[in-house]
Amino acid sequence: MKKKLVHLTVNEEYHELYISPRKLLVEILRDELDLTGTKRGCSTGSCGACTILLDGAAVKSCSVLAVQVDGAKVTTVEGLADGAGLTPLQLSFLDHGAFQCGFCTSGMLMSATAFLNEDPVSEDIKKGIQGNICRCTGYNSILRAIRAVAEGKYEDEGR
Amino acid sequence: MKKHTYTVINTPIHNIDGIAKITGRAEYTFDITLPRMLHGKILRSPYPHGEIIHIDTSKAERLKGVKAVLTGKDTLGRKQGIWRRFKELCDEEILARDKVRYIGEPVATVAAVDEDTAEEALDLIEVEYNALPGAFEPLEAIKEGAPQLHEHAERNINVTRHIEWGDVDEGFKKADYVREDWFRCSSQAHVCMETHCAVADYTPEGKLTVYTSTQSHYYIKVLLAEILGLRENDVRVISRYTGGGFGSKFELDSAQFCCSILSMKLCQPVKIVLTREEEFSATKRRTPMFYYIRSGVKKDGAFLAKEARVFTEGGAYTAMGATALYLTGFFQSFPYVWPSYRYDGYRVYTNTAPTSAMRGFGAPQATFCAETQIDLIADELGIDPIDIRRKNAMYPGYEVPGQATIQSCGLGQCLDKIDDWIKSRGKLPPNRGIGVSAYGFMSGGIFNWFDTPYAFSSAVLQINIDGKVDLFVGSQDMGQGSNTTMAMICAEELGVKVEDIRLHMGDTETCPVDLGAWGSRETLMQGNAVKMAASKAKQQILEFATAKLAPNIVYDLDIKDGWIHLIARPERGLSFYDVVKEAIRGKDGQPIIARGHYTPHRKGMISPAYSFGVQAIEADVNPDTGKITLKNCVTAHDCGQVINPLGVEGQLEGAIAMAAGYGFTEDLPMDEGKILNPNLVDYMLLRATEMPETKVMEVETYEPEGPFGAKEAGEGLTNPTAGALGNAVFHATGISIKNLPITPEKVLNALKEKKNK
Repeated sequence: MKKKLVHLTVNEEYHELYISPRKLLVEILRDELDLTGTKRGCSTGSCGACTILLDGAAVKSCSVLAVQVDGAKVTTVEGLADGAGLTPLQLSFLDHGAFQCGFCTSGMLMSATAFLNEDPVSEDIKKGIQGNICRCTGYNSILRAIRAVAEGKYEDEGR
Repeated sequence: MKKHTYTVINTPIHNIDGIAKITGRAEYTFDITLPRMLHGKILRSPYPHGEIIHIDTSKAERLKGVKAVLTGKDTLGRKQGIWRRFKELCDEEILARDKVRYIGEPVATVAAVDEDTAEEALDLIEVEYNALPGAFEPLEAIKEGAPQLHEHAERNINVTRHIEWGDVDEGFKKADYVREDWFRCSSQAHVCMETHCAVADYTPEGKLTVYTSTQSHYYIKVLLAEILGLRENDVRVISRYTGGGFGSKFELDSAQFCCSILSMKLCQPVKIVLTREEEFSATKRRTPMFYYIRSGVKKDGAFLAKEARVFTEGGAYTAMGATALYLTGFFQSFPYVWPSYRYDGYRVYTNTAPTSAMRGFGAPQATFCAETQIDLIADELGIDPIDIRRKNAMYPGYEVPGQATIQSCGLGQCLDKIDDWIKSRGKLPPNRGIGVSAYGFMSGGIFNWFDTPYAFSSAVLQINIDGKVDLFVGSQDMGQGSNTTMAMICAEELGVKVEDIRLHMGDTETCPVDLGAWGSRETLMQGNAVKMAASKAKQQILEFATAKLAPNIVYDLDIKDGWIHLIARPERGLSFYDVVKEAIRGKDGQPIIARGHYTPHRKGMISPAYSFGVQAIEADVNPDTGKITLKNCVTAHDCGQVINPLGVEGQLEGAIAMAAGYGFTEDLPMDEGKILNPNLVDYMLLRATEMPETKVMEVETYEPEGPFGAKEAGEGLTNPTAGALGNAVFHATGISIKNLPITPEKVLNALKEKKNK
């Protein structure tokens, strides 16, 4: 199949890529741009391990072709904070032990980041990560971590 | 109980791998790419039972981009298994040569320039089978005349186990009330978020390096060397981050084996990642069990005699199923005092994907059946569910005849705490019930079916000139947090900060042997080895410090938080970091090195120590739809001394989610050996919206066998939930479901049946 030119701004870096139109966004992020923080846990759009921000919205990057999002702005887990910094949400994940094996964590962080950006009320937090499977934690530590940020407990704590 | 003051133990410490994980920098096997790396795929049998007549790989080999196509004929044809002490139980070839025994069994493997090409090549491999009739249900497969899977196993009996103590027949004679029940416990998939995967890199020097997602790099090294005909230490297994295990990743798997043989053929790295569908249909899973239990009790609820028989669906190969068969029998009696007990277990080969270890290891099945029956007995005799458990509960110092000695045991306190919580709930609304279940679990197995000549756990420690401690462990962190636990144990014993520890793990070339993360063994076993190494290193430092401080000989020294001091006069001391510099100089420039190891001796048949607990679940049952909604899940838990509260909390909540799934949503329905829901759309595990509020109440005991008094925390918690859930349904509706999972359909049918009676 003939390769196509795709323009993507990923973590504020602009890329022009010649890619197969069959390639999923997650494959481009991982295989072409070496952003392996984004994981894949299924091929049915069910697990959420591949969640990224697409123009600010949480999207499962295994459910879109890269050519479909030509010109888009993508944020992956690597783009959440600058340098050695951590976002309030990342700090809260550390404090609350909101991960174990860590394989779902990038996706969780991205879903929660999008959700927090929309100014959530606390009952909705569960729905905010409903699309992300975590087999290790039982979710409650993740919910506590997100709630703490939503309640403003980490306002001055990003580093 | 002894009182201890700790500076590190029992403080919530950030996971030492945390920053790598929350920034996406943690490199899992799934993320590894090596120069010149090829991608492999595995062709699997579409038949549950059949002879392989012929495999033609020529078309696949001609496809552009394909580098190698291998079948069982290209291997040494060795059978392997993790029960190495028993040859007949090493029954799995991994790449079948003559016969396939389950849908999904590997028959060929391809390496190509990319995954798509490898996938395409699979379609070009022509396999001619002679399909054979299959045996699918253990109760059918064990009958005379059923299709036989293995030549050596008549009536498909793979393993049998017998456990007995006391006079069971006499016990039943004395009983005022005898009850018998049949139960069916379903299968369950582990669903690790990182599927099984491996990258093999064989070089012309004859050395094989395998990066893989595993719970035991030591087992994988030994098993690979054996099946490939390599010297044990010419195989190096590396596993830095493992994306979940839950019991599915300590046996040799098809990804590890196939990419190894492909790499050995091509002298090029090869990566294989199983798809989610392969993961569901062709990797191992929780053992389904058919349980018969007969119990005899006195009018006042005192237990007298119990008889249990189980038939387990073994699937096509032994795997770790032999251990599950023993443990389910032992834990069927747990955590109670049964004066007499008789267990007979039969593991039956079937033409289904092999069943094996999964978190709880046979105990969740046993606990579900036992705890369901105990509530039925209590109901029949008019005794409160807590009271009947309290009356028969194990206690510190109890000896399970011929099996185990219980040292620490906080079961009584757990029952009290749960009793208080239930009472605090007051009167419940209609169609709501609270069910309880008591449980216990082992802190590492003492059995050595693997036949290792090494200590079960070892640790090596080196203190460098700046006081930084290199700690080398063989344990595997698959998410349960053992890396942090080991760093904490080391820091506490040595008297330094967790930040002073640099942990090395997950590499057979640099780390000492540990049997791996299974059977809840790391905290106690690897923890003891780490503590011993740290203690020996500390002695070396204290010798120098004592010489320097020159105290009156009646004073002894300790180190806390980097301060070496007289215990009786803590203000009189020296900096650990200063003493280390001088000690190394004093040792002619040698860093301080110490080793530790642990192997249980004379600790019974099962484990050196046991966790205990009681769980209560409050649930609503909708009488119109049969739908169960979890409201609260409260657990009182005795894991000895808590090492990291943050880690224990996470383990407990995670176990609840997995075990609740086992109780009412997760199942692997099959049709003639074909799993019908091999994807995350149809396999229903709990989502965040379905999780109940969880509350954990720690009951601290001191376990003399564990490091700082610690024991198992997290696997045992998978045991009670299905039973507590079933009992909640029973108390809400009066119906008792003895067939897992407790689905709305089963609840509705039972409600209808009850109404018609």
